[in-house]
Amino acid sequence: MNIHEYQAKEILRKYGVATLKGRVAHSPEEAVAAAKDVGGTLWVVKAQIHAGGRGKGGGVKIAKSLDEVSLLTKSMIGMTLVTHQTGPEGKVVQKVFVEQGCNIAKEYYVACLIDRATGRAAMMASAEGGMDIEEVAEHNPNAIIKVDIDPTVGLAAFQARELAFKIGLPNEVINKAVKFFQGLYQAFVETDCSIAEINPLVLTKEGDVFCLDAKMNFDDNALFRHKEIVEMRDLNEEEPSEIEASKYDLAFIKLDGNIGCLVNGAGLAMATLDIIKLHGAEPANFLDVGGGANKEKVTAAFKIILKDPHVKGILVNIFGGIMKCDIIAEGVIAASKELGLKVPLVCRLEGTNVELGKKMLKESGLNITPADDLTDAAKKIVAAVKGH
Amino acid sequence: MSILINKDTKVICQGFTGAQGSFHSEQCLAYGTKMVGGTTPGKGGTKHLGLPVFNTVNEAKEITGCHVSMVFVPPPFAADSILEAVEAELDLVICITEGIPVMDMVKVKQYMKGKKTRLVGPNCPGVITPGECKIGIMPGHIHMPGRIGVLSRSGTLTYEAVGQLTRLGLGQSTCVGIGGDPVNGTNFIDVLEMYNADKNTDAVIMIGEIGGSAEEEAAEYIKREFKKPVAAFIAGAAAPKGKRMGHAGAIISGGKGTAEAKFEALLSAGCKISRSPADMGTTLKSMLR
Repeated sequence: MNIHEYQAKEILRKYGVATLKGRVAHSPEEAVAAAKDVGGTLWVVKAQIHAGGRGKGGGVKIAKSLDEVSLLTKSMIGMTLVTHQTGPEGKVVQKVFVEQGCNIAKEYYVACLIDRATGRAAMMASAEGGMDIEEVAEHNPNAIIKVDIDPTVGLAAFQARELAFKIGLPNEVINKAVKFFQGLYQAFVETDCSIAEINPLVLTKEGDVFCLDAKMNFDDNALFRHKEIVEMRDLNEEEPSEIEASKYDLAFIKLDGNIGCLVNGAGLAMATLDIIKLHGAEPANFLDVGGGANKEKVTAAFKIILKDPHVKGILVNIFGGIMKCDIIAEGVIAASKELGLKVPLVCRLEGTNVELGKKMLKESGLNITPADDLTDAAKKIVAAVKGH
Repeated sequence: MSILINKDTKVICQGFTGAQGSFHSEQCLAYGTKMVGGTTPGKGGTKHLGLPVFNTVNEAKEITGCHVSMVFVPPPFAADSILEAVEAELDLVICITEGIPVMDMVKVKQYMKGKKTRLVGPNCPGVITPGECKIGIMPGHIHMPGRIGVLSRSGTLTYEAVGQLTRLGLGQSTCVGIGGDPVNGTNFIDVLEMYNADKNTDAVIMIGEIGGSAEEEAAEYIKREFKKPVAAFIAGAAAPKGKRMGHAGAIISGGKGTAEAKFEALLSAGCKISRSPADMGTTLKSMLR
């Protein structure tokens, strides 16, 4: 789960990570009130969407008066912000964050994440702040300093100092940096993050360190123990079909193509997208109904696919282990009868109760093309969609 | 011979009396697995599926002599169950549970350092030595005893590979699902080392997926030491960046962990690549003499 910058800063502040004063606003009036509350004579107005690269897209601007705060907010709220992370369709801005300005001397990068190779958390830092860290990693991997964190001890002060020295923070601010890094690690662990990234971390001319932008992403599997974080979920930032799918606990991701897919198992669901692409077409979604799905869940899943206007054909690919093929057939038939099936449907069923499942589909009166194996299924659905 | 488990393996189920634990224990028993009991705290002393239920793993081990456990405990409590099995010094814990918080697994992994127990999973289909012992949720009937190892991060894709092999008349020595989570117990290399030493495994199908670098590390190992043919498939070539594809570990982040990079690493290690998930069996077969 993702949250906004202003929410991430709220969390980080609680753990002693230094942030600038700021407030969220949903209208120009609120923004002016926020600016007055924050104080000073210079503010930064920042569009709040779940994507990076906002500055380049025109979503981060400096205001030198309250009038400017109002005007900038007016122009930002409701605008569609396109960045390299939003895709070409962009995202509509619903709120802004009004934050104190500061005198930046230098920008750095720091992030806490799970290092899969060690099975532990790690902290990464770089003197090349404000940059796209993926580019830094590719072109200058030595510019990234990494420390491995022992879960029984946490981020030790000497490790935090090592990071600070190696990225070139001046001696005078080392203690502030240690507090900052240790706070970041604490926030990461205690809220079950999958990544907590601060880019940039800034050093000011006055000798302070602040978190200027923050991104936090949480482990969905741990949300059951973080009600306060679940409350921060912003449904405006999510794809409607994905929200609908999440209600039924379905792993669903909307894609750009026109072949809808219903599959059991994450690996097979990915492989189904791959084989559609190999045969020259594009999938409309990733969907794993899971191992223990009942008729209601399968029906809901199939309805989500049927409701997508881009879908020109559907491929059902099931290798029933725990999942019984007759349950899949039941769900597909129920959803099709309710919403109508106007596009070609190819079904490949294998495994537990396969004969019963096939018989049910055949007797349903629906226009369903059976397939013998994966290749046969992919060929048939691609041909059907191309001829459509 | 086989790896990890065989006809003499004595198994208990943790989370034995729950819906999942009951259903799959029954299936394992029907397959012929030597199940000797299970644990459900608070139900010790009762019987379930004709087998004894214990309060603790220690007690179960003392009385039944089990050395392997299969975990079906729900995600919030599953990490604790693994710790309990490690503390009881079982040889092997196979954790089927999906949805364990990553931070819990980070702690489990740290705790297991220097201990004798091996963990397979979590979020995996389990391990099967066809005709001898099935520990997990895979459909037993698609398997056939034989000499091919199948090793995978995915459940259903393992069934797909096994189904293809069986149709080609190629049986399996032992099939191992290492699971789809970012932090897990046993990795590709651990299992490849076992296959390398196993006289009854002639060749291996390895199935990876996007995310992390476990496949690249396995490729290094294969190049260096592995003596048997490997056919490989990587799921997720068509997956978009930055999206978690069902499995907690299946995500391309920071431009790392793409299917293409993994295919290339395996190819340069001498593996034969199946670009289509439908050709895993035939690719393997083409490598056998």
